Amino acid sequence: MKRTAFSNPWLPILLLVPQLSIIAVFFYWPAGYAIQSSFYLQDPFGFGSTFVGLENYTDLASSTNYLDSLKFTVLFTIIVTFLSLGIALLLAVKADKVLRGARTYRTLLMWVYAIAPPVAGLMGVMLFDQSRGNLTQLFRSLGWDYTLGVNYWDTAIAMISVSVWKQIPVNFIFFLSGLQAIPRSVREAALIDNPSGMRRFWDITFPLLAPTGFFLLIINITYALFDTFGIIDTIVKGEPGNNPMTLVYRVFVDGFRGGDLGGSSAQSVVLMVLVLVLTIVQFRFLERRIHYT
Amino acid sequence: MADVTDTTAIATSTTRRRKRIKWETVGDHVVLILGALLMLVPVYMVFATSSHDAITVHREGLQFLFGDQFSENYNAALFEYGGFTDSVNGITMLTNSLILGLGFAIGKIIVGMMAAYAIVYFRLKFATFAFWIIFTTLLLPLEVRILPSYEVIQSMGLANTYTGLIVPLIASATATFFFRQFFRSVPEELIEAARIDGAGPFKFFIDILVPLSRTMIAAMFIIMFVFGWNQYLWPTLITTDESLFTLVRGIRQIIQAYADGSTTPEYGEAAALAIIAMVPPVLIVIFFQNWFVKGLTESDK
Repeated sequence: MKRTAFSNPWLPILLLVPQLSIIAVFFYWPAGYAIQSSFYLQDPFGFGSTFVGLENYTDLASSTNYLDSLKFTVLFTIIVTFLSLGIALLLAVKADKVLRGARTYRTLLMWVYAIAPPVAGLMGVMLFDQSRGNLTQLFRSLGWDYTLGVNYWDTAIAMISVSVWKQIPVNFIFFLSGLQAIPRSVREAALIDNPSGMRRFWDITFPLLAPTGFFLLIINITYALFDTFGIIDTIVKGEPGNNPMTLVYRVFVDGFRGGDLGGSSAQSVVLMVLVLVLTIVQFRFLERRIHYT
Repeated sequence: MADVTDTTAIATSTTRRRKRIKWETVGDHVVLILGALLMLVPVYMVFATSSHDAITVHREGLQFLFGDQFSENYNAALFEYGGFTDSVNGITMLTNSLILGLGFAIGKIIVGMMAAYAIVYFRLKFATFAFWIIFTTLLLPLEVRILPSYEVIQSMGLANTYTGLIVPLIASATATFFFRQFFRSVPEELIEAARIDGAGPFKFFIDILVPLSRTMIAAMFIIMFVFGWNQYLWPTLITTDESLFTLVRGIRQIIQAYADGSTTPEYGEAAALAIIAMVPPVLIVIFFQNWFVKGLTESDK
């Protein structure tokens, strides 16, 4: 709040009404409903539901399918985050360094941001297709019998590749703006002190980029967990079968295909807790960053 | 070794020297060009494929060179009715995508600016409480609470309506958060001056705050439009009526034809539809990239 403020009693309430009513109806009601139904067992034919306490949660903990998805999600998140951050950082460092064509490179490296995840997934399906995919052909000629949708890890590779590809632009944009925010004087001083490019990067640039990097880490984890839904759905062609699945995709599959409202809601609640933890970490960090700058 | 090349690099950039090849710079460009190709080539191949007939693609996969079916495929993708009830063509989906993108962006900006204005510029007893109520929504993406959201909106009879499609997506406070940050950075003197001049809250908002926020609104609009246009999960669930399909939702139909496998899918048309689905957001991001980058990187500070 500003020190000087209007003290009109009803206007601010009127201004807040649209926002508050939308989130009440479309956020708090569903979220509360999720928590509530996670303690109930829904009759599959819609004849009411029975209170089962924590059974939906204990079922999850003992479901091998769910634990498989959990393991895959952790692995998927780590690989996607690591690869897309790494590639984007390399490209941003180079784009920050070159003098000629810097703007063109920036455009060429960021425009994929605007492509919808399922559209990227469709491109992945075409490139990795079992019989006619161009990459599949390439793998075959190298003696690797790549089968999308049949082999668990082959499908995982397609999901990871497309997810990394789709995420590079965001990371690139943030890294580049982080690099450009490093003052000239610091760079020049570093250049005099330490002419070796590699050392300078690890000693000066990398620590100064750490706040951006940490922020991006959270962004990328969230991306790998939630925003890859469209990619995964298109790559498994809506029929997961024995293919790898992320936790969010399982919420959808169990809820809408399996009709298991209680189980799906329990999964939602588990994810809510996960996001909550991530956000607390992020907020604590952001507070610290404000002191830095 | 590295020392030598690097110091020459500095020397040439500050003082003019005779041109000679700097291998390090060449290496930088090679990396950047490879990166650009990685981004460009898959999309180019889909674009090239959109000019071929289905049989060629069925036999050989994505194409590198352009074929002769360009106008046929785009014509079919845009104007031919398809799907289960034959009630949707590319133009309908394009219109729906525009409605979703614009409705979402405009709705979110208006709602967000109003709420942020109330929180920052008014003495309000429960301001902190309202703040937390609103910002908790940043925690849970729609994907997490998807099934209950669907049940609730279904029970309100909003399935297969534009309201049911757009409004639930607005129920996250990203724009509010963004405008709150921005309003807080607006100098205090402005509102003091405005109050001395006798400007009321409406006048201050319309005549001072909105013009000041112009670039921020533009940046927010671009990000939100692209976000709305690219929505997939929510439209997939809430619109079963084909006349409400968006382009991105239409991709799912293509995939299902693909998985079905009983007939040769219209690959060329599918590629054309994918291109149509990506062109508007990509063009917006490229043309307004300065605003877009500013909005994206500043929204998170």
